[in-house]
Amino acid sequence: MSKQYQFKLVLLGESAVGKSSLVLRFVKDQFDDYRESTIGAAFLTQTVTLDDQTTVKFEIWDTAGQERYKSLAPMYYRNANCAVVVYDITQTASLEKARTWIRELQRQADPSIVIALCGNKSDLSARRQVTEEEAKKYAEEEGLMWAETSAKSGEGVTEIFTAIAKKLPLTAPPSTRAGGARPATGARTGVDLNKQSTNAQGQNEACNC
Amino acid sequence: MDEEYDVIVLGTGLTECILSGLLSVEGKKVLHMDRNDYYGGDSASLNLTQLYRKFRPDQSPPTELGRDRDYAVDLIPKFIIATGELTKILVHTDVTRYLEFKQIAGSFVYRDGKISKVPSTEMEAVKSPLMGLFEKRRAKKFFEFLQGWKDEDPTTHQGINLDRDSMKTVYEKFGLEPGTQDFIGHAMALYLDDDYITKPARPTYDRIILYTASMARYGKSPYIYPLYGLGELPQSFARLSAIYGGTYMLDKQIDEIVTDADGNFVGVTSGGETVKAKQVIGDPSYFGAGKSIDGGKMRVVEDGKVVRAICLLKHPIPGTEDSDSLQIIIPQNQVNRRNDIYIAMVSSTHNVCAKDVYVAIVSTIVETDKPELEIAPGLNLLGPIHEKFVSIEPLYTPTTSGKSDNIFITRSYDATSHFETVVEDVQDVWKRVVGKDLVLKKRDLEVQE
Ligand SMILES: Cc1cc2nc3c(=O)[nH]c(=O)nc-3n(C[C@H](O)[C@H](O)[C@H](O)COP(=O)(O)OP(=O)(O)OC[C@H]3O[C@@H](n4cnc5c(N)ncnc54)[C@H](O)[C@@H]3O)c2cc1C
Ligand SMILES: Nc1nc2c(ncn2[C@@H]2O[C@H](COP(=O)(O)OP(=O)(O)OP(=O)(O)O)[C@@H](O)[C@H]2O)c(=O)[nH]1
Ligand SMILES: [Mg+2]
Repeated sequence: MSKQYQFKLVLLGESAVGKSSLVLRFVKDQFDDYRESTIGAAFLTQTVTLDDQTTVKFEIWDTAGQERYKSLAPMYYRNANCAVVVYDITQTASLEKARTWIRELQRQADPSIVIALCGNKSDLSARRQVTEEEAKKYAEEEGLMWAETSAKSGEGVTEIFTAIAKKLPLTAPPSTRAGGARPATGARTGVDLNKQSTNAQGQNEACNC
Repeated sequence: MDEEYDVIVLGTGLTECILSGLLSVEGKKVLHMDRNDYYGGDSASLNLTQLYRKFRPDQSPPTELGRDRDYAVDLIPKFIIATGELTKILVHTDVTRYLEFKQIAGSFVYRDGKISKVPSTEMEAVKSPLMGLFEKRRAKKFFEFLQGWKDEDPTTHQGINLDRDSMKTVYEKFGLEPGTQDFIGHAMALYLDDDYITKPARPTYDRIILYTASMARYGKSPYIYPLYGLGELPQSFARLSAIYGGTYMLDKQIDEIVTDADGNFVGVTSGGETVKAKQVIGDPSYFGAGKSIDGGKMRVVEDGKVVRAICLLKHPIPGTEDSDSLQIIIPQNQVNRRNDIYIAMVSSTHNVCAKDVYVAIVSTIVETDKPELEIAPGLNLLGPIHEKFVSIEPLYTPTTSGKSDNIFITRSYDATSHFETVVEDVQDVWKRVVGKDLVLKKRDLEVQE
């Protein structure tokens, strides 16, 4: 029987590095040159097939711009199984910002989180300010995955998400939301507010007090 | 900051965040600011560092308490009623996708020096020491009457008019003892004092039905609680607001609320810059909180005080079957007070503290000049208290509706054990700000499957 695992993936990085563009490329295989800052999506999902036995479904959260004035809520990266921290290879400052996010994740997120450092806009290598060597060396020191991508051309995008899917521990107990994979069949451990009450008449039920 | 907004919201407490989220969804351009560098204001959940910074600024958290990140200690003790108004808002706005809930394991009530579980099944009720056999029969008749009530069917009314007859009349009709009345009025209808007894019975009826329907919903208690603490609630509504275009700025000191010559709202000054907006909504702390400002204009007044003691325990509360979470209500009559004492306890099951730690908050409305003594009956039930952080917080209410000056002020979080009054405040402020009743439309968020 085939298994599907679900993971929460968060995107972090300075404004305009291409976080939303990466998701759009990965999920819908589209690109938009004049993308507005992110509005309107709670999260997107996309599935990666590892082999005919196993698929990994990413629940991808975008920052909704809350990081812009240092106001990202901790709820955002709580329980994240993986994080893609994005910088723009044409902006040195964006790598600095990425380092800050990585430190924050190491301090606050679940210790088992898989972090990928992603140098976006590789199609603009003529204006490159961050060398591959520099970023790669930093990633190795910190034990992070690393790749360059272009949301515009699509280069490297599916590859980085697939690489993350392969790195995620598919052995973790499926019931816990924190840290481990959970089967996508639904069952969170807690109560489900959205489910209709089984005794739908509600108030006219014999009271249970 | 030269943009102009429809609404500036000050403070990221739950009330403000729900309003901010709903307003953004409506298409309003919202700027949401907070002086703290964390979300939640007075309804935040703090990690150990933040908790010590707030209560013991000269002390750092002891390492034996465990990792900072394991803690999310609520500042206000409230639970969510499973079928209450907050749940409706959570479901309608779909913020439930960011949150995970667990049941509160039990609800207890204090009687004659002991605590007993509020029965949650018929079996428990039969064994419950809360009533004698004959009283149980009377109570059974009383509950059958309430559950059978149909407004349109006079044969279910047994001569009672819920809108005219007082609760006293109803209790007397069924011959319920004072102890049973305490139990019903305080542990089920969740009244803080006895003022309800002489008033028409309808609201009490509604509250008992709410309680029993909530109890029936998940089974163990009428309450649910979000994993990682109540502070997740404002954060989830803030995310909703941001997704619909709301701008967030934490860690911003608010220097001034700018008004024109007629006292009407113009903008907010922060860090020397003024941002303009049509309206401002904020918690009382941004509007003078009791002190008179603007040439003697008092925007909020104090309306009593609440004392809260956050207690860290290294054991479950004695006599509660080692419950991992609970509420204990000490009805006022039991300890010769006017207001009930509440205990709310959660633990690592709810991801709010390290393993084997229990966080209990004892609270009540202040009646004397020695508030800490007033909560002693509650503290005494906890067993050895490992750490205790006591606060005495004034409760503020706005003096004006804001309709004339476009300044809309929310209320402080009261002493009730749940969020129903918070939602009432949201509905009230919404109506004042938007001019219409809050109608919850279910909106489709963009989610691909
Ligand atoms: C505070 C309190 C609240 C209770 N709430 C309920 C409740 O909501 N539902 C419940 O089934 N039992 C409830 N009980 C339990 C009920 O009181 C016991 O079933 C009763 O004590 C059994 O004794 P009996 O021999 O008088 O009744 P029995 O003749 O054994 O009762 C027969 C049936 O009556 C119904 N019944 C009994 N009490 C109530 C009641 N209070 N409300 C509604 N139906 C009732 C039950 O369905 C039961 O099967 C409650 C008890 C207490 C103390
Ligand atoms: N050339 C090029 N442009 C890109 C690439 N990725 C994104 N962009 C452009 O960069 C700009 C910002 O992209 P977004 O995806 O909105 O960036 P973001 O990180 O989501 O920004 P915020 O939502 O403001 O935090 C847009 O104009 C994109 O078209 C890329 O790979 N190559
Ligand atoms: Mg974006």
